[in-house]
Amino acid sequence: MSTNTFSTYETAWCPGCGNFSIIDCLKTALDELNLDPHEVLMVGGIGQAAKTPQYINANAFCGLHGRSLPAAVASKIANEKLTVIVDTGDGDSYGEGGNHFIHNIRRNVNITHFVHDNQIYGLTKGQASPTSGEGFVTGVQVNGNINTPLNPMLISIAAGAGFVARAYCGNKEHLISVMKQAIEYNGYAIVDILQPCVSFNKVNTYAYYSQRVYELDDSYQPFDKVAAMQKAMEFGDRIPIGVIYQEPKPSYHQKNTVLKSGKPLIDRPDDSSIVNKFMEEFI
Amino acid sequence: MYNLLIGGAAGQGIETTATILRKALKKSGYHIFTVEDVMSRVRGGHNFSLIRFGSEDVLSHSNKLDGIIALNDETIELHKDELNKNGFILCDSTLSSNDPRTIKVDMNEMAKEIGNPKVSGSIAVGAVLKLFGEKIELAGDVLKDNVKDQYLEMNIKAMEKGFQAVEGRFPHLEGNVSLSLMINGNQALSLGAMASGLKFYAAYPMSPSTSIMEYLASKSDEAGIVVEQAEDEIAAINMAIGASFAGVRSMTGTSGGGFSLMVEALGLAGMAEIPLVVVDVQRPGPATGFPTRTEQSDLKFVVSASQGEFPRMVIALRNHTDAFYQTARALNLAEKYQIPVIILSDQYLSDSHSTVEPYDLKKAAAIYAVKPEEKGEYLRYKYTEDGISPRLIPGKTNNIVAIDSDEHDERGWITESSEVRIKMMDKRMRKLEKLKLELQEPEFFGDEAFKTLLVGWGSTEGPIKEAVESLNRMGKGKFAALVFGDIYPLPQKLLREKLALAERLINVEQNATGQLADLIREQTGISCDSNILKYDGRQISGEEITERILKEVQR
Repeated sequence: MSTNTFSTYETAWCPGCGNFSIIDCLKTALDELNLDPHEVLMVGGIGQAAKTPQYINANAFCGLHGRSLPAAVASKIANEKLTVIVDTGDGDSYGEGGNHFIHNIRRNVNITHFVHDNQIYGLTKGQASPTSGEGFVTGVQVNGNINTPLNPMLISIAAGAGFVARAYCGNKEHLISVMKQAIEYNGYAIVDILQPCVSFNKVNTYAYYSQRVYELDDSYQPFDKVAAMQKAMEFGDRIPIGVIYQEPKPSYHQKNTVLKSGKPLIDRPDDSSIVNKFMEEFI
Repeated sequence: MYNLLIGGAAGQGIETTATILRKALKKSGYHIFTVEDVMSRVRGGHNFSLIRFGSEDVLSHSNKLDGIIALNDETIELHKDELNKNGFILCDSTLSSNDPRTIKVDMNEMAKEIGNPKVSGSIAVGAVLKLFGEKIELAGDVLKDNVKDQYLEMNIKAMEKGFQAVEGRFPHLEGNVSLSLMINGNQALSLGAMASGLKFYAAYPMSPSTSIMEYLASKSDEAGIVVEQAEDEIAAINMAIGASFAGVRSMTGTSGGGFSLMVEALGLAGMAEIPLVVVDVQRPGPATGFPTRTEQSDLKFVVSASQGEFPRMVIALRNHTDAFYQTARALNLAEKYQIPVIILSDQYLSDSHSTVEPYDLKKAAAIYAVKPEEKGEYLRYKYTEDGISPRLIPGKTNNIVAIDSDEHDERGWITESSEVRIKMMDKRMRKLEKLKLELQEPEFFGDEAFKTLLVGWGSTEGPIKEAVESLNRMGKGKFAALVFGDIYPLPQKLLREKLALAERLINVEQNATGQLADLIREQTGISCDSNILKYDGRQISGEEITERILKEVQR
């Protein structure tokens, strides 16, 4: 298959799902950045959101639940010319993949991580996710969720991420702009995308978000870490969307002594003379 | 052939002394085999190194000692029964041993006089060289390479003092090896991987596999290999898969516990048909088991690990030559068949040093798959006769490449079609048919007119070989053995051929249940008649196999 446009395929999503606007925005963002499908690698795990790579015309790595980040960063390490985007859900990113989430912030490989955060498990038909609110009732959390919801923005900033943003699938123009900034950021960039689940989440609906979400304007400067952490904690009656924290940081490729100069790893020839030299050290 | 033990507590410098000694003895042109017996602690306890050397090929360790360097009383207590009558125990005068074979030297006092208590190890090196009839000059260059400049003079002086302090004991052996490498299993494996074009290695530290990552990391800048310490083994294997998908040769390594975490992703490599090499350096399990000791108990686990069915290959490393060539071969086969290949090593092989012929890098060079033609619609999982589909690398052509852990169609798109499922499953499994044609048969050795056939696999090759030689020499019957390297799919040709000639089949394994015997029975219907099993974390020796065959089997 070879084509120059980011077309999409028939999906298995519920009508009204926030995933539709997210995939539309993604296509637009990639087009506006003048990328070709063969230059882009979409990586997903398992879940409704994680099907995004299956529905967009680009290279796709649809791996295991929770494990998209390690596969994605290693693909980028192998070939830095690929634009690598992890596009998956909150359960995949923060639950099953929680350990990889924290440690890939530290690694700072130049990839983009879009999390469709609907605060629920959709594919398995409605259980609490790491971001579900306290008291949230599901078929498993029958007496309401008793766990503190995870704040992905606060964790990202605390763990040292250089690009931390929140967006809302109901504000497409804004989402496209945030996506483009995230893809262009040199390093690990996370965008937590608020998204209603029309089938299973009766709390965090379009109406819920429309009343609460507001765009950060120029009066907010995302370069102060402490102020950013305070902003990240604003998640209640008012929910800010936009770039919450940004800081230029050397990426993995700029720090790694093998990768920081020379061709992409994939384009480097084998050199048996160097192995010969290593062997001689055992004589 | 001589056999020397250096024992003491962790932190007493056993490793340094053993390293200098084995390197010095190598300069005499000997065949050498060393093993480390180390407790999982940084200080205290009882650790020892064995150095076996001589003019014949040394295939494994032995527990019959010609000499002991004892750094504490415990070493003498624990090992004096293994010492030959004319052997020696070299120790400091302050130790309490009253064994008549003891040679006490004022090593600590001499070291203090020289100016540093740490040089007592070099005093012992000097004394041992004298006891075995070696020239002291051997060790001078070795010290230069292993001791910091400012301590070199002190150490040379210490060695000379040790040399003068004792009388010669054993006749000097004639070394006959002009050019050899002295290398441990993990280093040999790492070199083999590099010779075969390894570009990415991800792992999480776990004994006894960690030294692969450490060795590769020490060479990464020069060799242009990215070595990534992952946050866990799940990340490590998914990284190796991601890098391989994106087009570079990749490998991960661990021990059984880490392999347990990697299992789901092993199936991903099988399902998505991404070349992958996973090294399992076995240690005794279950759970944490014995972190620094040896066992061959992961065989049945790795041949069936992960849900579902997919083609895979398992290669057991038998020795330090295998470790190099088979690792290179594993990377080539993984690429050719687009399958996961598991390398089974173990602590015994990984930590032991052996002298081997220098490796032929040409025989280990990367064989890359032919780039598929780009005509028409690209189908990543195209149905083909041999099951191997054209593999393009994402970003390297104008085609897009899609892989999926879900069942998928030829394009790599998710499907639930019954027809596609069957065709795709058959396509994947078909790869085994071709792979089976290039399996390597087990190594056969012993008396061609054998009545008893031993079977084994992996690192027990050396001990089994020594046992077969010794049993045949003793005239207690006619023995031969088959030792498997390629072990899954199980090569059966030679096994069936030799078995038809055998009166008795005995499996020799470093585990409690006889896992190779199970695999042979499962694959061929053939049962072993008796078994020699060991699972105390200490490698079986040739002598032990011989004794147990005479006692338990040949009654």
